[in-house]
Amino acid sequence: MSLLAKPNDRMAAVLDQQQNVDMEEVAGRSLWQDARIRLMRNKAAVVSMVILAMITMMAIFAPWLSSHPFDEVYWDFIQVAPNVAEGFWFGTDENGRDLFVRTLYGARVSLMVGLVATTVSLIIGVTYGAFAGYMGGRVDNLMMRFVDILYSLPFMFFVIILMVIFGRHIFLIFVALGAVEWLTMARIVRGQTMAIKKKEFIEAAHASGVSTARIIFRHIVPNILGPVIVYMTLTIPQVILTESFLSFLGLGVQEPLTSWGVLISEGAKVMESAPWMLAFPATFLAVTLFCFNFIGDGLRDALDPKDR
Amino acid sequence: MFTYITKRLLAAIPTLLIIITIAFFMMRIAPGGPFDAERQLPPEIEANILKAYDLDKPLYQQYFIYVGNLLRFDFGPSYKFRDFSVTELILTGLPASMQIGGMAILIAALIGISLGTLAALYQNQKTDYAIMGVAMTGIAIPNFVVAPILSLIFGVYLSWLPVAGWGDGSARNLVLPVISLALPQIAYIARLTRGSMVEVLHSNYIRTARAKGLRERLVVIRHAIKGALLPVVSYLGPAAAAVTTGSVVIESIYDIPGVGRYFVNAALNRDYPLVMGVVIFYATLIIIMNLIVDVIYSFLDPKLRVNG
Repeated sequence: MSLLAKPNDRMAAVLDQQQNVDMEEVAGRSLWQDARIRLMRNKAAVVSMVILAMITMMAIFAPWLSSHPFDEVYWDFIQVAPNVAEGFWFGTDENGRDLFVRTLYGARVSLMVGLVATTVSLIIGVTYGAFAGYMGGRVDNLMMRFVDILYSLPFMFFVIILMVIFGRHIFLIFVALGAVEWLTMARIVRGQTMAIKKKEFIEAAHASGVSTARIIFRHIVPNILGPVIVYMTLTIPQVILTESFLSFLGLGVQEPLTSWGVLISEGAKVMESAPWMLAFPATFLAVTLFCFNFIGDGLRDALDPKDR
Repeated sequence: MFTYITKRLLAAIPTLLIIITIAFFMMRIAPGGPFDAERQLPPEIEANILKAYDLDKPLYQQYFIYVGNLLRFDFGPSYKFRDFSVTELILTGLPASMQIGGMAILIAALIGISLGTLAALYQNQKTDYAIMGVAMTGIAIPNFVVAPILSLIFGVYLSWLPVAGWGDGSARNLVLPVISLALPQIAYIARLTRGSMVEVLHSNYIRTARAKGLRERLVVIRHAIKGALLPVVSYLGPAAAAVTTGSVVIESIYDIPGVGRYFVNAALNRDYPLVMGVVIFYATLIIIMNLIVDVIYSFLDPKLRVNG
């Protein structure tokens, strides 16, 4: 239940469901259709999706949106305020590079890190959690105990050690952040798997000789996608935030490439004389994080069986 | 209770050992060493240095020497801060880190719980939307953006508070770092409290309390809060972890002589003992926090009260 599901919305959902029950024989709606309808009624989530789509498009088409390349140094325009006449819509940085293009290139890196690292965490977490939950007993105990231990690791420090020691390659950021974020996913998936593995269709699959791996990936995982998707949407902003945090410390992507964290840390240093250098990237980062959180909340409301 | 705590403390030993092992080997398998200077040292001197720090022995021997020293609470000498042992360095940073971290958690818990309760009491009304809107902002705007902005507003423009610095821990120097560190946690705790409070307020025992004719304030304070705080208390463990990592950035932005500030430099310089020391220190802190949380939890929830 988020602050966004207004009472009449929920009422409408209830009525809708009522109707759905009445018309069951005429046209049944699948769980996913139901969820989509509920999500589309959530205004904040829809607006967030639109904004996010816009930011993504801008990031993809960044080179064509401005006449300035992202790494070109304009010696006559060092750290100038936003200037429409010259096409520096967000101003320039202390090296005389166009901030608008750099912000969009930063968006590329930040969004890419968010997606790839989340996918890595998804693969590890789902496999680990589903396997532990399906095996149960001693295996499960041991596997989850290991997760408990990892929980008490000061993880950020490990990521920092990784980044420092193995060089600041962008691929490493993906893997390091993905390897850090899978724990909660594993717990969620394990819980769901435990609940579902007692169902008859799993027993039937087992009886007809389907292999464990196939049962897990063909029969269990598709049935627990709801909570997985919700948690995934909430992991993306966390990963983006962590990457910015690393970049802020100077441990993220390397020049001339950039990310929002790098831009923010450059902006923070000169915010008295050039506030635009902090304002634009910070706004982009905050808006993106807002959007992902709203979508995650919306998805949770749409897929949460308690509300149905 | 005493047996329980002892048991948990004993269980922490293997956890710590695993953390130490992972951190130790992760740092060592990487290329490069602490004494790779720009200028090549004469081989004899380099050999002597390596020998002095046992770095010439095989890795597994170094590991056992290190763990053996740890058992005597000897964290070894720092490679970069010559003449200082890691223990001394951590102890110098400890008071500052503890002060801002402890105060941030305390303030986050107090304000977060109050705001969350307020929002739940006015569920789906203006107050609720306002508080949750602010909370969402706290989550979406990272503290490394908030911190410079706060110091710009209160330090530079209004000059009410020092822009940065420690000033031997005077209250005026503490305000901004503590606020920047606490803000995201206030937001998370407020959201958590609101969620569980809404659920509790709809439960049967609250209905009973109201049916008895108790005043609303008493219902909330005496009955509802206790139940609603359970998820919040269990979040305090992860919150402590988040605050300690957050303090790495906050300490460097506000130039505070804490433990976190050492960490990044130590990692960059491959000051192995110092990095290990800080990791162990924070891991222990998180483990202890989790233990405290579990003990508080057992007091709040009679169903979980541990025997003994």
